[in-house]
Amino acid sequence: MSGTSNIAAQGAVSLTRTADSTLLIELSGPWHLTRDVPSASLLNRELESAGTLKTVFFDTSGLTHWDSGLIAFLVQTSATCRARNIEQDRRGLPDGLRRLLELAEAVPEKKGTRSEANKAQFFQRVGDLTIGYGLSVGDFMTFLGDLTVAFGKLISGKARFRRVDFVEVIQDCGANAVGIVTLISFLVGVILAFMGAVQLSQFGASIFVADLVCIGMTRDMGAIMTAIIMSGRTGAAFAAKLGTMKVTQEIDALTTMGISPMEFLVLPRVIALVLMMPLLCLYADFLGILGGLFVGVGMLGLSARNYLQETISTLTLTNLFGGLFKATFYGFLIALAGCLRGFQCGNSSSAVGDATTQAVVMSIVMVVVACGLFAVVFNVIGM
Amino acid sequence: MDSLAVPQTPSTNVRPHIAVKNLTMAYGSFVLMRDINFTVRHGDIFIIMGGSGCGKSTLLRHLIGLKEPATGEINYGDVNFTRSDPPTRELMLRRFGILYQGGALWSSMTLAQNVGLPLGEFTDLTPSQIREIAALKLALVGLSGFEDFYPSEISGGMQKRAGLARAMALDPEILFFDEPSAGLDPISSSLLDDLILELRDNLGATVVAVTHELASIFAIGNNCVFLDADSRVQIATGDPKDLLANSRDPRVRKFLTRGKEGGESSSHHG
Repeated sequence: MSGTSNIAAQGAVSLTRTADSTLLIELSGPWHLTRDVPSASLLNRELESAGTLKTVFFDTSGLTHWDSGLIAFLVQTSATCRARNIEQDRRGLPDGLRRLLELAEAVPEKKGTRSEANKAQFFQRVGDLTIGYGLSVGDFMTFLGDLTVAFGKLISGKARFRRVDFVEVIQDCGANAVGIVTLISFLVGVILAFMGAVQLSQFGASIFVADLVCIGMTRDMGAIMTAIIMSGRTGAAFAAKLGTMKVTQEIDALTTMGISPMEFLVLPRVIALVLMMPLLCLYADFLGILGGLFVGVGMLGLSARNYLQETISTLTLTNLFGGLFKATFYGFLIALAGCLRGFQCGNSSSAVGDATTQAVVMSIVMVVVACGLFAVVFNVIGM
Repeated sequence: MDSLAVPQTPSTNVRPHIAVKNLTMAYGSFVLMRDINFTVRHGDIFIIMGGSGCGKSTLLRHLIGLKEPATGEINYGDVNFTRSDPPTRELMLRRFGILYQGGALWSSMTLAQNVGLPLGEFTDLTPSQIREIAALKLALVGLSGFEDFYPSEISGGMQKRAGLARAMALDPEILFFDEPSAGLDPISSSLLDDLILELRDNLGATVVAVTHELASIFAIGNNCVFLDADSRVQIATGDPKDLLANSRDPRVRKFLTRGKEGGESSSHHG
């Protein structure tokens, strides 16, 4: 496109070598940022290829309108000129434009302020990440140590936190979680029952669905499903709340008042979740068995009485308390991950989002890993 | 390490309250400021000033123990704050009152509970006495009647004043202010200045404030340290009015005159 046909609609630039050492840059038309403005690359090529060029002049008699688009164009041009030691005669530019250009160039670029992070090589990045993971284990251990000290203070009656905060956390991670736990664990019971029924009904052994659901729920599923719900619900809430308090300096305000945030914020949360998790898990076990019963009676034609009798005869305290113990431990892990990530939160609103994500990921990973370890250990000790 | 000469202000008969010696502030290996030396006397209103990003707030975080010095030490009276053990430090912190930039009120508590929390933790007062004192402190900052409001229910300026009420809860010996006038309109900001002067005069508190509000600096400050971001050292300390009258450093003059004087190449406006 030569530019002559739509010169009225958008800005144009034309170059004329007036002499061997001078170049006249003619700027014309309306330069609107919102319409297309010519790119500086053509001009830059011209400037770089012109070996004997000493000075550039500007002619703006045809210029009808200009805005930041033209300034950006000229800033680029002048950077090229400086790099090639070409003088610029700016007398041809409008006054306002010249002043803005001077302002843009008044403060020299600060060296080293541009981020160099992306230039790191592959192996360096792998190394940095690995070291980062190593350090985060250290952070975790430090946090655990601080928590233990705070717990010691609690036992000796010196820990400081408000009872009303503690009660609020209990309500939030206990009573308020009942709804979602009801729904999920009932459905998990239903799913377990269906899974079992597919095989067991082939042998005419549908009644063993009750055994499957009962053992499955009490031994593992109740605990792990509750843990996953609570990671997403309460662990995330802990991280978001503490992270926001970090951003707004509320945690600093506690520290400098001589109140340990560990005692004031973390302790009530950890204790509340550790207390509530076994209760929720017990409730989830019950609802799961109810879900199994629903399938057994509704779809497999078993009688409720038989189903419950079979369930009771299968139910062992070992399984039940094993599950509750696991749930308690998962609760500890979830509260720990949520509070740790909240405390490590950076100083911006996006950091709060990151902290929340990391808290959920970390707690689910820890819960599943712990679940695997429990399975092995329980097997070895014959439970 | 030989120390830079600490410029002594004329009235050296007043006991030093805070003494910072050869302080170097760093984030990891990045040195933000080095060789900071200054003394704050009892009853001073001490201003930490300098351009944006020079480490004013970081210096404040060092003074209140939220960040540890890379080298150097901070002394309060005869006690070395930097080397003190956690229990000593906790006792010292209790004598500080700190107003954070955004107020940093605890959002899950009402204003009265915010002000009352330190009273409840560190005194043997009964709940009703605590509430009375909290109401008094809130009244002092012009917030009577707002005792049962939550921080989110009041304006930014009011949050700041409530933050001040909380900072004053335990009648602190030293009040720290991080950008007290940031986000306040000129009238509220000058009222806050008056309040700071009142607190100093009537409670005998020493005040340390981070600010770059020139009006405030001259209205209340009687001692200061000036940090320079480019050279990463302090370039002046003393009474800001003296500095304006006598300092020969172009950077200090430029700052204190809003760039009208002392700027070598300040041809921003053609």
